Amino acid sequence: MSEGGGSQSRCRVRFLLDDELVELDDIDPNRTVLQFLREDLRRTGTKEGCAEGDCGACTVVVADLDVTGKRVRARAVNSCIQLLPTLDGKELLTVESLGRDGLHPAQKALVDYHGSQCGFCTPGFVMSLFALYKGNADPGRRDIDDALAGNLCRCTGYQPIIKAAKAMYGEAPENGDWLHMPAGEGSDEDERVRRLKSVASDQSLCVEWGSRRFFAPRCVDEMADLLERHPEATLLAGGTDVGLWVTKHHRDLEVVVYTGNVEGLLDAGLTDQYIDIGGAVTLTDAMPLIIGQYKALEELFVRFASPPIRNVGTLAGNIANGSPIGDSMPVLMALGADLVLRRGAHQRTIALHDFYIAYQQTALRTAEFIERILIPLPNENEHVQSYKVSKRFDQDTSAVCAAFRLRLEGGIVAEFRAAYGGMAEIPKRARHCEEALIGEEWNEAGVNAALDALGSDFTPISDMRSSSEYRSQVCRNLLQRFFLETTGASSERVYSYGR
Amino acid sequence: MAANSVIGAPIPHDSSRLHVTGRATYTDDIPEPRDLLHIAVGMSERPHARIRKLDLSAVREAPGVVDVMQAVDIPGSNNCGPVVNDDPVFAPGVVEYVGQAIFAVAAETVEQARRATKLARVQYEDLPPILDIREALEAGSFVLPSETISRGDSKQAIRHAANSLSGSVSLGGQDQFYLEGQIAMALPREDGDLFVYSSTQHPGEVQHLVAKAIGKSSKDVVVECRRMGGAFGGKESQAALIACIAGLMADRSGRSCKLRLDRDDDMIMTGKRHDFVIDYEVGFDNAGRIEGIEFMFASRCGMSADLSGAINDRTMFHCDNAYFLENVTIVSHRCKTNTVSNTAFRGFGGPQGMFGIEYVIDEIARCLKKDPLDVRQENFYGIGDRDTTPYEQKIEDNIIHDVVAELAASSDYRARVDEIRQFNQSSRILKRGIALTPVKFGISFTATHLNQAGALVHLYTDGTVHLNHGGTEMGQGLFTKVAQVVADELQIDIGRIKITASDTSKVPNASATAASSGSDMNGKAAQAAARKIRNRLVQFAANQYSVPEAEVIFENSEVRIGSEVLSFEELVQKAWFARVSLSATGFYRTPKIHYDRATFSGRPFFYYAYGAAVSEVIVDTMTGENRLLRVDILHDCGESLNPAIDLGQIEGGFIQGAGWLTSEELCWNETGALQTHAPSTYKIPTSSDLPADFRVKMLESCPNREDTIYRSKAVGEPPLMLGLSVFYAIRDALADTGEPGYRPPLRAPATPEAVLFAVQDGAGSND
Repeated sequence: MSEGGGSQSRCRVRFLLDDELVELDDIDPNRTVLQFLREDLRRTGTKEGCAEGDCGACTVVVADLDVTGKRVRARAVNSCIQLLPTLDGKELLTVESLGRDGLHPAQKALVDYHGSQCGFCTPGFVMSLFALYKGNADPGRRDIDDALAGNLCRCTGYQPIIKAAKAMYGEAPENGDWLHMPAGEGSDEDERVRRLKSVASDQSLCVEWGSRRFFAPRCVDEMADLLERHPEATLLAGGTDVGLWVTKHHRDLEVVVYTGNVEGLLDAGLTDQYIDIGGAVTLTDAMPLIIGQYKALEELFVRFASPPIRNVGTLAGNIANGSPIGDSMPVLMALGADLVLRRGAHQRTIALHDFYIAYQQTALRTAEFIERILIPLPNENEHVQSYKVSKRFDQDTSAVCAAFRLRLEGGIVAEFRAAYGGMAEIPKRARHCEEALIGEEWNEAGVNAALDALGSDFTPISDMRSSSEYRSQVCRNLLQRFFLETTGASSERVYSYGR
Repeated sequence: MAANSVIGAPIPHDSSRLHVTGRATYTDDIPEPRDLLHIAVGMSERPHARIRKLDLSAVREAPGVVDVMQAVDIPGSNNCGPVVNDDPVFAPGVVEYVGQAIFAVAAETVEQARRATKLARVQYEDLPPILDIREALEAGSFVLPSETISRGDSKQAIRHAANSLSGSVSLGGQDQFYLEGQIAMALPREDGDLFVYSSTQHPGEVQHLVAKAIGKSSKDVVVECRRMGGAFGGKESQAALIACIAGLMADRSGRSCKLRLDRDDDMIMTGKRHDFVIDYEVGFDNAGRIEGIEFMFASRCGMSADLSGAINDRTMFHCDNAYFLENVTIVSHRCKTNTVSNTAFRGFGGPQGMFGIEYVIDEIARCLKKDPLDVRQENFYGIGDRDTTPYEQKIEDNIIHDVVAELAASSDYRARVDEIRQFNQSSRILKRGIALTPVKFGISFTATHLNQAGALVHLYTDGTVHLNHGGTEMGQGLFTKVAQVVADELQIDIGRIKITASDTSKVPNASATAASSGSDMNGKAAQAAARKIRNRLVQFAANQYSVPEAEVIFENSEVRIGSEVLSFEELVQKAWFARVSLSATGFYRTPKIHYDRATFSGRPFFYYAYGAAVSEVIVDTMTGENRLLRVDILHDCGESLNPAIDLGQIEGGFIQGAGWLTSEELCWNETGALQTHAPSTYKIPTSSDLPADFRVKMLESCPNREDTIYRSKAVGEPPLMLGLSVFYAIRDALADTGEPGYRPPLRAPATPEAVLFAVQDGAGSND
């Protein structure tokens, strides 16, 4: 038996593909799902366009059980950066899975509306449309755009694909099964649930391949223990960043500990004080909870990456990665989020704004991980807002991302937090700006003083996303916008205009 | 002739069912030979340097590596340049851009090959690089001689005009960003021959260049391409480098070899649309009519000539767009820089020329406080007078007045302008803008000899057809359109026609599928081939049944011969028994065109394609972010061969043009390395960038006045330039941030940063 979880662990990766059980004993755990499909199975319908999760040509759907355990949940995933063992216990669906007995409504609609030209991106679009079909029975244009945010098409200009996305619900399905029927329907869903349950396992997984190990522990204690025993291990959550180390940087990941099956990290909910999010909760699952409390953050999260990234990427991963341009950190800092860190049996709590030390360097110690993220619930008389500025609306990296939280008492600033991404080597609060405002009146004079203070908070760099001059200017303008919005002077934004 | 013609029918792309099921085979999907080696390329890390020492020993010893090769190992010609021999396959001692191929590795797996390239030890002796256009102009660094077109006395006309303006604007390049990266797979055949699968718009050129590289002749190499996953000009000349490396390695190792570029390598190593600096000086009257104009176009060609000569010529031919420039001087500099050699991209220099004149028109309108559409209409080519281009072609098919008038009315342009002006007065931070821009685009290769095409049609005894021609399929629907032509010619169901891969052994010496000419030329060639066979069948039937040839009528998969009716296949069977040849080649050369490059005069274009677009945008003056709100397009496809496919070209071209001028920004750092080499950093439009209100129409009842295939018009490139309206709509919104007469200094692409810095009085301050 393996060294993973003693007698409880197993080393065979098991998942479903086209109703068949796939069992893999001898696999390189660094292998991606896309390599497995194209090179090992010669299922070449799924394409590689960028190998970094940004074009969607490789989109597949991964199905598992939803929280009730009674329904099948189908989510689009970028197979190019998804490591093969993460499929364990799930079902993989590719473009070939859909066209087996006649065209699927998503495929039929794409043909009818001329949604393919060169066709290279098309299998990816088919799979994203399929995920939409199974996830939303009546999508509007914004839902469609969001569902397709991770798929690039260079030929059509998207119009026929958007038309097909609407029309697929009107296509006659080949039959009434789960695959062919829209969200919430499908005659064989119970059978599919049963199959998924049969492939899932309570046991931990330990894939061994030469010197390489891939551990997928089932509980937090086991994971903490594994990390102490393998301090050099790479902690893998969604893999939307780690996957690129493999595909782009050609790095060998010798020991990987995967968080995706750790039950104690997968839950999220509200306590009387916090939005409490486990360390392995995906962005897709975390976002509605946060937006539920802070409606104003909807635009930020709609623009946060794309569904295939959000479906596997985790909030904790975005935080731990420590990128200076990650989009969740400014807002979480402004909200006063805390992190519960865990190492072995030891827990400690740290404020998010103290978590970042230097470029891609955090307070995490060896073998330590983010166990929970605690986001305070909203208060009375509080304004919260976050702004993202980038070259493209969807799935782009921010040039500047700003977040503000303001609490007024009788027109006086009682509390104020401003945090920025893209302005420094780490996501960072604007302390001078905050200090300039606290205790002052929330008026133009007060804000002008704070704008001047921003100059001493940041000296941004120039790069391919924008120049330092632009960042400095927008940094100021976003605070000004927050002022205008909180005082009711102006609240329109280009992205919501006319929609 | 045809009652139920397939011509003009909205038939889906012939591969659409294969596309949506993942069964369409691209080059990387072809089953791999058992002996296959995978190639990766070692690239220069310096923009300009002498290679002092190239130590590849660690590369050779890396796991899985079978072979390594560099410039000295090339048995034939170390060149993959299409026109001038200045494009080495592997850098011969001196590197001239970051990303230039220095060596290649063949290994058992892709991963092994790519990892091995990182182990090379290269000692460079840096040479001074030239990294941008201004620097090249100052240094007089050019890949080709500068050119001038002039007519009248522009200097004097400007001096005597009531008004004059001068200025300069910079215009960014664009990556093709085809979804399928560059790829080729070469298979050794007997006697040292090679069979090459290449994702290329120009199989013939790949064949010739691979043959030369391996020191053999064209007869020794066959190149095939069934389809590309997008190309947009990026696989016209650029595919040759990839195929040459695969061919050289296969020739050397005796094993099949595949080179598939990773996305980053593809974007770093291969050419893009030229970026430009445009200087202008213009004199005009009080109505905005241009009396004299001088343009200086300087483009970044990169380290070699590639197709830059013809591209920059086309810039000169299109800096009139739809406007009569009586006294004009156009100077074109083709700058040599130590960056990747720029190349073809949909529009082929035309868009940059048109951007230039539209900028000037917009300047004039702002200066005179007139609506830009008035100034545009004031300057349109006349019909019967003011109708000769600066290169002496008389415009015989001018329909721009009607197109623009119809679109202005259907889009409610005038009323919307008024409404937008009012909105902007009361909206402090968000400003809206609108622009109507016309397109007139010349159709034909400007190099006259390239305007030829061939086709091959076989008719089998069961009445089915094998169709082949020199064009390539990159998604534009060419194969479908040509099949429609043959189906109509033979009056058979299109399902009887097998559309087959472009193949240099079937149709030789074909031109690139480029210049929007694919359907025009290959359609005519295929028609000629099918007509030969039909004529033989007619002759045979008339003889056999003793009726006049005029009484042999093909219709609906049947043939009426006098009073007899045979099924198509029955007649074919009979003809075969009677030993009638059922195979034919067809050939086409575009008529009427002639052109003297020495004087830049003649008739380079068979005809022009027209169109116009109205775009409306909203701009955030605090961040520079902007969105397209509504687009109205009216485009001229002549008598469309296939309106579904043509609509796809119009919509897709427009969005691609809009991307070029807004979110797509190429950035190089101070050492000449491209910083935007993947979709994470290079942002082409996504679904949400499509405006909520998008109204696209084709001009109706407007056949091509020239005798093109069924009187249709080319549609590949022209719609891209409809995207210019987006840029000028943004500029229109910005104009309202200043006093009347404010001319926003907006560069392209209009990224949020470029827009913010063009807001009057201080970068987004809203005081």
